[in-house]
Amino acid sequence: MLAELGNFSLIMALMVAILLSVYPMWGAYKGHQKMMAMAKPLAIGMFLFTAFAYFCLTYAFVHDDFSVAYVANTSNSTLPIYYKYTAVWGGHEGSFLLWTLILCVWTLAVALFSKAIPVKVLARVLAILGMVGIGFYLFMLLTSNPFDRLLPFYPIDGKDLNPLLQDFGMIIHPPMLYMGYVGFSVAFAFAIAALISGQLDSTWARWSRPWTLAAWSFLTVGVALGSWWAYYELGWGGWWFWDPSENAAFMPWIIGTALVHSLAVTEKRKVFKSWTVFLAIAAFSLSLLGTFLIRSGVLVSVHSFASDPSRGLFILGLLVVIIGGSLFLYALRASQIKSNGRYGLVSREVFLMGNNIFLTAATLVVLLGTLLPLVHKELGMGSISIGAPFFDQMFTYLIVPFVLLLGVGPLSRWKNQSLQALSKQIMIALGLSLSAGLLVNAGFEQSTYMADLGLVMSFWVIITTVMEVRQRIEPQVTAGKYSIWQSLQKLTPSHWGMVLGHLGFAVTLIGITLVSAYNTERNVRMAEGDSVNLQGYEFVFKGISQLQGPNYSADVAHVDVYQNSQLVSTLKAEKRFYPVQRNVMTEAGIDSGFSRDLFVALGEQLKNGDWSLRIYVKPFINWIWAGAFIMAIGGVFSISDKRYRMGSLARNASSAKENPKNLMEQTS
Amino acid sequence: MNPRRQKRLMVVSAIVIVIAAAVGLMLYALNQNIDLFYTPSEVIQGKEGNIPEVGQRLRIGGMVVEGTVKRDQETLAVSFDLVDTGPIVTVSYQGILPDLFREGQGIVATGILTSPNHIDAHEVLAKHDEEYMPPELAEKMKGIKHVKPSESSDYESGAY
Repeated sequence: MLAELGNFSLIMALMVAILLSVYPMWGAYKGHQKMMAMAKPLAIGMFLFTAFAYFCLTYAFVHDDFSVAYVANTSNSTLPIYYKYTAVWGGHEGSFLLWTLILCVWTLAVALFSKAIPVKVLARVLAILGMVGIGFYLFMLLTSNPFDRLLPFYPIDGKDLNPLLQDFGMIIHPPMLYMGYVGFSVAFAFAIAALISGQLDSTWARWSRPWTLAAWSFLTVGVALGSWWAYYELGWGGWWFWDPSENAAFMPWIIGTALVHSLAVTEKRKVFKSWTVFLAIAAFSLSLLGTFLIRSGVLVSVHSFASDPSRGLFILGLLVVIIGGSLFLYALRASQIKSNGRYGLVSREVFLMGNNIFLTAATLVVLLGTLLPLVHKELGMGSISIGAPFFDQMFTYLIVPFVLLLGVGPLSRWKNQSLQALSKQIMIALGLSLSAGLLVNAGFEQSTYMADLGLVMSFWVIITTVMEVRQRIEPQVTAGKYSIWQSLQKLTPSHWGMVLGHLGFAVTLIGITLVSAYNTERNVRMAEGDSVNLQGYEFVFKGISQLQGPNYSADVAHVDVYQNSQLVSTLKAEKRFYPVQRNVMTEAGIDSGFSRDLFVALGEQLKNGDWSLRIYVKPFINWIWAGAFIMAIGGVFSISDKRYRMGSLARNASSAKENPKNLMEQTS
Repeated sequence: MNPRRQKRLMVVSAIVIVIAAAVGLMLYALNQNIDLFYTPSEVIQGKEGNIPEVGQRLRIGGMVVEGTVKRDQETLAVSFDLVDTGPIVTVSYQGILPDLFREGQGIVATGILTSPNHIDAHEVLAKHDEEYMPPELAEKMKGIKHVKPSESSDYESGAY
């Protein structure tokens, strides 16, 4: 019964979404206050109906209602209860319900927390979010309804959740990723609203900036969690595979990074306006493209649960309408956008533009590498695959100039920077980072040139970031106005956001560099009592025991790790067999540490009773994800900046009118 | 030229140079990293008239022939035969096979063709799904019955 209510609730949500996309938009066009004011209650209604539908589906999972087709396909009565909650988004239909629910959450948040934004703008923004909603409600109701029943002949038990997804990482990865993906819809809606109204001043950038930063931070965490999950769950010990599903999440992230920076320039300097609008459209379009690539089944990966051509066609249609429509609007209006700021050839604007270009180029590389096999096949030229080396090679080329600009940008002034003063700083920073990078790398045995390059780049980012902070507080300290500590406290949260973002990037870069250069792995054949030496660690295979889990049985390999005859860790690597799906899963044994991970995965039993094992020592791998979290925290810092808080915004705007110089000082 | 135009010209030409360099590098990198996909019969009989050359990097997808998986007694070296509609290609591999590698199952391997019917693989993939067949192979084998792995395969009854 609840499933029918859920279905009905979805239909109601669709109706509300239609109202939401028509009334406020029409009201804004006519200048009708009451119609515009309807946006907020309608946004709340859309959220409530969707949340109720989501609750109904969760209820069906928890109570093992296998007459619901989706539950029968993705759950089982023996599935542990916490996985029953997460199995709601463990398949195609449910993950779209989650997608839509998150869209409603963002819409609701915009409706509730935008008191300072003019009613007209808010009405348009919410209406556009409603339009996006319509597309997804229709998609669910027409092609992938999670509430479809298997009546009258329903199975006694379900087919179980894919064992790969029965994992802690899967509990938090999809919601985080979707918060990021869908969050870009807010930036998109603000950009489109600005295009419709024709008011393309820099105010829209200020309004959409905290939302974009929030979405970007979520996406950063989501991508990092996905990478972490792949590392410990797939049992290959890799952290990035350039798998289409990873690329699908990575592309919006790169463009989102460009957008966050470009928005800052538009807000502060009133330039790059049309470029920023374009990036906002691109970020959301790539999020949709990612959804399409993964869900339509055109690409095969862990994530492609179900492939059904009608679904693919529907999303493709949606893609064409949303991307095509917004680009058409952009083409009509872009010529009216005037960027009235001036800046010199050596200025922060130019360096930020350079970085935007590199980020866009990186996105294009990923896009090409992901789509080319598809195009190639559709043209009848045969199936091809583009391997990880292609992406690795391209990113190595791109990252060097990118990092160089990343360091120079913050050091230089807006508008105009004297080349002489800048080059002096660059020489100091370059000297310091060269010596630091080479010195640290010399500490590793068999050091490689690539590691030299990577470490020097990481130190370059760290040193220039520190120099920038020093340069910022120096005048106050030398004037004796404040102590160092006081002047550090006086830096704005959004400034700290930038500092943390860049330091986080450096930390990730260190992790990537060291794990790529000094990762050691051995695939070995071991009998009980055998031992293997790897980077000073001795791995001793103690034997195999049996384990009975709630919905699986497993062989567990016990491996003791010694360093200098001291026991460092006892690792348990499992090989699980899930009888319902007849699936075998590797559960790696990992000892995580600050400077290294010890990783053991169990292979298969060989004819004479030996076992094959994968043994890795991965230096500094945790830094990759730690850096991503630091970047996300940087995003949170930026959002917390006072000038986005609604009351002060209105004050600023009024004081800016009286005294434009005041605003200039505050923002530069 | 006035300074403003000069500046624009500089910016535009910088963008053009960066794009040209990026495209050039990309094509170069692509050229080295594209692997063409073949089925066993295409390796032997050729694909649209092109028989792959010995020494070429390629991807092969086929069904593992039952009873052909041979393991070395001392190391992790393994070899097996792949088939689609007739001809057989042997694949040898050094390392741990994926969890779902089974006889009778569809797999994809990437490696170098060392003789007309032998491939040295550096990567073997099997999908986490009982009835998985590589999509490229599924297309080629349309109309041919998919032989399911026998229920009593050693792998399952032995290990579990």
